Amino acid sequence: MTTSRNKPDEAAALSLTDQEAMATGNRPPSWLASAGTKKFGITVLGWTVALLIFFPIFWMVLTGFKTEAAAIADPSLIFSPTLESYQAVHDRTGYARFAINSVVVAFGSTLLALLIAIPSAYSMAFLPTKRTKGTLLWMLSTKMLPPVGVLVPIYLLFRDVGLLDTRTGLIIVYTLMNLPIVVWMLYTFFKDMPKDILEAGRMDGASTFQEVFFLLLPLTLPGIASTGLLSVILSWNEAFWSLNLTSSNAAPLTAYIASFSSPEGLFWAKLSAASTMAIAPILVFGWLTQKQMVRGLTFGAVK
Amino acid sequence: MKLTRALPLATLTAAVAVASQAQAQTEITVATVNNNDMIIMQSLTEEFEAAHPDIELDWVVLEENVLRQRMTTDIATDGGQFDVMTIGTYEVPIWAERGWLSPLDNLPEDYRVDDLLSTVRDGLSHDGTLHALPFYGESSMMYYRQDLFDDAGIEVPEQPSWDEVRDWAGQLHDPDNELAGICLRGKPGWGENMAFVSTLVNTFGGRWFDMDWNAQLDSPEWQAAIQFYVDLLNDYGPPGASSNGFNENQALFSSGKCAIWVDATSAAGRIYNPDESQVADHLGFSQAPVAETPKGSHWLWSWALAIPATSEKQDAAREFITWATSQEYIELVGETEGWASVPPGTRTSTYEDERYIEAAPFAEFVLEAMRNADPTDSTLEPSPYIGVQFVGIPEFQSIGTQVGQMVAAALTGERSVEEALDAAQSATQRTMQRAGYTD
Repeated sequence: MTTSRNKPDEAAALSLTDQEAMATGNRPPSWLASAGTKKFGITVLGWTVALLIFFPIFWMVLTGFKTEAAAIADPSLIFSPTLESYQAVHDRTGYARFAINSVVVAFGSTLLALLIAIPSAYSMAFLPTKRTKGTLLWMLSTKMLPPVGVLVPIYLLFRDVGLLDTRTGLIIVYTLMNLPIVVWMLYTFFKDMPKDILEAGRMDGASTFQEVFFLLLPLTLPGIASTGLLSVILSWNEAFWSLNLTSSNAAPLTAYIASFSSPEGLFWAKLSAASTMAIAPILVFGWLTQKQMVRGLTFGAVK
Repeated sequence: MKLTRALPLATLTAAVAVASQAQAQTEITVATVNNNDMIIMQSLTEEFEAAHPDIELDWVVLEENVLRQRMTTDIATDGGQFDVMTIGTYEVPIWAERGWLSPLDNLPEDYRVDDLLSTVRDGLSHDGTLHALPFYGESSMMYYRQDLFDDAGIEVPEQPSWDEVRDWAGQLHDPDNELAGICLRGKPGWGENMAFVSTLVNTFGGRWFDMDWNAQLDSPEWQAAIQFYVDLLNDYGPPGASSNGFNENQALFSSGKCAIWVDATSAAGRIYNPDESQVADHLGFSQAPVAETPKGSHWLWSWALAIPATSEKQDAAREFITWATSQEYIELVGETEGWASVPPGTRTSTYEDERYIEAAPFAEFVLEAMRNADPTDSTLEPSPYIGVQFVGIPEFQSIGTQVGQMVAAALTGERSVEEALDAAQSATQRTMQRAGYTD
């Protein structure tokens, strides 16, 4: 039992030390000895990585403001911006319908996943058995199966129960898709909670339900929030299932973007404009909740 | 007392109202791709619904390959998600044979089936029955810059040969001024480079398979054709030709960066449109070039509307596809969008219409090309398959894409032409053996 509880801790600790070592350069070479140089180096490295990651998004936004011809011409930062792609995207009605589907499905599946994952992570973190570790690994292993492997069975199942092209269907699939990650994240956050606090609550006569709702959840809120956010983002961006299981009624923004690709005729500018519009809501959402997210991700890092 | 007598009447009225409401809302789901002609079709939804108040249209627009995969999954699993599908001449006979598409016999008199171009009609039929109706059709032809040709004193004969085309490309090639002598498809894919390469192989006298389904990719004809293609593009093509597909070449040509371009006739409307093309005023057209034989030197493709056998709204779907492929629809597009924008390559009547001929000076070439592109007789030596730029068997998608990658590898110089074709030959032969065509 102890082994099963300690190992993830050790793993977490190890990876943290690794991260710290990488981020701060624990044993810097002599030429990097002075604190100023070190800080400068880290800043440059941080900016380089951030810009590299952000560049494709920046280029997409830029391409959305180009004409179709300029979009496939030699890459250039100098061009006369135009809104014609946005106009074309706007003329093809339906953005709102796709966006509503995305919101409903992303948040619906996240809520459902949290609802299932909180009790299971609680029981695994605080009442582990000798199979807990195995269960956790098994759950994660379901993520290793390529989704296309189960496409036909799920398609047939959905057809028979009438879930094809319904938001409910997508919510179920996304919940199942994200559940392993959500449980794992919550499990690590819960494990970082000092057990004594819950025990103190129990001493005062709290039921399990009260214990979870009034002690565990408020104390691990940053962790839960960042888990939820991750699940929302993963569901928002998911394209395989949404393209295969929906046609018109439940199609989310990923299907909307896909519809701008064309075998005959130029489409990169329009595709970029549509993609910018598709990621805009989640980008704003992510920006607003940035604080929560960073707090959640570093939660438990300093004990 | 009055109430009890009135109640059944009211219920009946309500039931009738509900029933007629249900009647009024036969919603059909149309799956299509994002091509310009399809965008016009969507924009005319209201016109259709006004003329057919009992039918409502619901559009699903997808990327071409995703669309194919979605439709295949849906039909194979009897999902019934779509009532109308947009497919091409490659799929129609194969899917019809499997019983996936509803046969379209007994079409109404005023639809005028005989008006459809016979090659297109044959391409969309299985066992003599239409299984899809052509929305627009295309062949391939040669576009060139009349101004550059005039300056160089080049006269284009009615039927140019590939050797002549190579000489012209060499004469006009001017990389210092960003002008390529010739632009051709290089991006790998059965519907990209292989569509063009197959027509080139055909006219060089080659074929994909002999009558016993043995692959012929290492034959001297293939060697000659691919060597010609690789040399031509490497010597006089634009930089990075192996990543250029139809769209990229169209952009290059319309921005004045190619002197010659051999590709789909359906591009004519766009490169002739001054809003989209800088070379609209200097455009020359000709038949696709030939080498050893004119057979199969230009392709035949049609985007068509079909009704899956799994659709539960067959009548409404039929109503829609006969409307969208009718002469009346072509007329409607001509009036609302301009005559140069009407869906080409489906009906003889389009090519007899003065308004169209005036708006589209390339019409005659297109009609000529479409009329003599015969999918049943496209190779010099006999071949067992139907299709000019493809082989009408289910395995061709993967074969074509695989061979397309080898040809692209030869183009970039990653492999020699001989190595590429040897690899293509053995891969194709293996696939055919596995599929049971050969021992």
